[in-house]
Amino acid sequence: MDPASLRAIALRQFRRSWVGQVGAALVVLFLIVTALAPLLAPYDPIATDFANVLSPPTRAHPFGTDDIGRDILSRVIHGSRVSLQAGLFTVAVALTVGLPLGLIAGFRGGRVDDLIMRGIEVILSFPTLVLALGITAVLGPRLIHALFAIGIVFVPHFARLIRGQVLTVKENDFIAAAHALGASDARVMGRHVLPNCLAPILVQSSFSIAFAILTEAALSFLGLGTQPPTPSWGIMLAMGRGYLEQAPWLGAFPGLAIFLTVLGFNLLGDGIRDALDPRLKA
Amino acid sequence: MIQFVARRLLATVPLLFFVSLVVFSFVHVLPGDPAVLFLGEEATPETLAKFRTRLGFDRPLVTQYVEWLGRALRGDLGRSLRTNQPVTEAILQRLPVTLELLGAALAVSLAIAIPAGIVSAVKRNSGVDLVSTVFALIGFSLPNFWLGLILIYVFALLLRWLPPSGFAPLPALADNARSLILPALTLGTALAALITRQLRSGMLEVLRQDYVRTAQAKGLGQGVVVAKHALKNALIAVVTVIGLQIGGLLGNTIITESLFALPGVGRLMIDAVFSRDFFIVQGVVLFLAVGYVLSNLIVDVLYSYLDPRIRLG
Repeated sequence: MDPASLRAIALRQFRRSWVGQVGAALVVLFLIVTALAPLLAPYDPIATDFANVLSPPTRAHPFGTDDIGRDILSRVIHGSRVSLQAGLFTVAVALTVGLPLGLIAGFRGGRVDDLIMRGIEVILSFPTLVLALGITAVLGPRLIHALFAIGIVFVPHFARLIRGQVLTVKENDFIAAAHALGASDARVMGRHVLPNCLAPILVQSSFSIAFAILTEAALSFLGLGTQPPTPSWGIMLAMGRGYLEQAPWLGAFPGLAIFLTVLGFNLLGDGIRDALDPRLKA
Repeated sequence: MIQFVARRLLATVPLLFFVSLVVFSFVHVLPGDPAVLFLGEEATPETLAKFRTRLGFDRPLVTQYVEWLGRALRGDLGRSLRTNQPVTEAILQRLPVTLELLGAALAVSLAIAIPAGIVSAVKRNSGVDLVSTVFALIGFSLPNFWLGLILIYVFALLLRWLPPSGFAPLPALADNARSLILPALTLGTALAALITRQLRSGMLEVLRQDYVRTAQAKGLGQGVVVAKHALKNALIAVVTVIGLQIGGLLGNTIITESLFALPGVGRLMIDAVFSRDFFIVQGVVLFLAVGYVLSNLIVDVLYSYLDPRIRLG
């Protein structure tokens, strides 16, 4: 079966799944908000207005204002950029390290594989957030450190997934044929093995972005990620915690934003996985 | 069975050795300088040098590691830089709270997920199934710190049924339970969602099997078939999910303890991160990693008990 028809089957399956559709809609909405943040936000997200502190949702401020009069809607809109950055940066770190490790382990096998897999097992021995917290603690509480830490803890998941795919793909006749035609290992890996691993990487990336957004928000909530006054959903939630009784909207909207975004990427991942399933089984 | 446990235990030893190397490198190899981080940028070179000498940071790394590992094996994880309390003592003092929270969260998640998963599989495509499927999809994506805030707002501030934070230690059983309900719900909901999903698909798989149909054909009631024949096999899926999620649960304990001001191991770690008490951070990370590795071992053993093919394979 040629790849175009496989793609068509996957697309048709995806269109049939409401889970994937809802996920895709939420993710597209998130990406639009992120891209157009300066145009969509009615106010400057860090501009204070002391005449208007802790205002409940009104027509002028649909999500209300915070304890120093900043517009929460504008902060939620701009906060999406920190979340997107968190998702993309961490997956990039995880892929940059995990992809070659997984490819080499699966392709080479033997001792190299053993060594890489033992290393991966060691990282997997740490609960994700505990490891991210430990790394952030030593490097200092800054967004880039938090993102780097989350990226590192994702490496094993990607490496293991890719290794598994490689082990399956490399048994195919077309790989033997490529070798027989004199293709180098690097060419076989890059030209023939990698393209066949992309589908599961896509699924894993979607779940990982969701988890990275959640973890960045958690670290920022604890005061160890993004630092004020940068609008991050986690920081906004942490601030909302102090005003839960007087101004519950402070935490409600950023929390809802995190929830919908994470839900979107999780559902999208589910949808893509279900759509690709017939092909993965083939 | 004993052979299987022994084999798994043996495989754990080198793993723990490498885990200790990673934890040691936290303070000693990562680019941050603990002396500068602890004393601040303004500290004079003399003060920094004195600090390094006092903690032995000026000696060769290998010597430091061997000594640190030797002490750690005897249960000595050093002393807190702030309070001088032994790290192991600080962890053990707070451990009961964390274990109680973990136990309560696990109980909450099973109490929600087992009935939800069973009913949704048995009454497939019904209204109940839809509700539990939606719960399973949503529950996993709910940030637990947001869920915690919602629970505090509704049950502590609006309804005033439960305390918003704090911990009532045992033996005050009623107060202790009241102080743990919201934290346990906060920590257990995501796990409940995952277990519901897994149990539903596990049950659907099992209910299609011939032996279940045989049991039904023999005239056994639906309740007996589900409880006696289907559930035990579907529980393997539940154990798998719990095993895979222990790490997430341990990490989320830190957030939950911090949110509800529970004096557990997670809170100890967060406080130590802020006060730059590296030995406490290092000790807690090591402790949680070892706990995680050992609980995975227990899950593996439990798994092999439920499914003999695993230990025989």
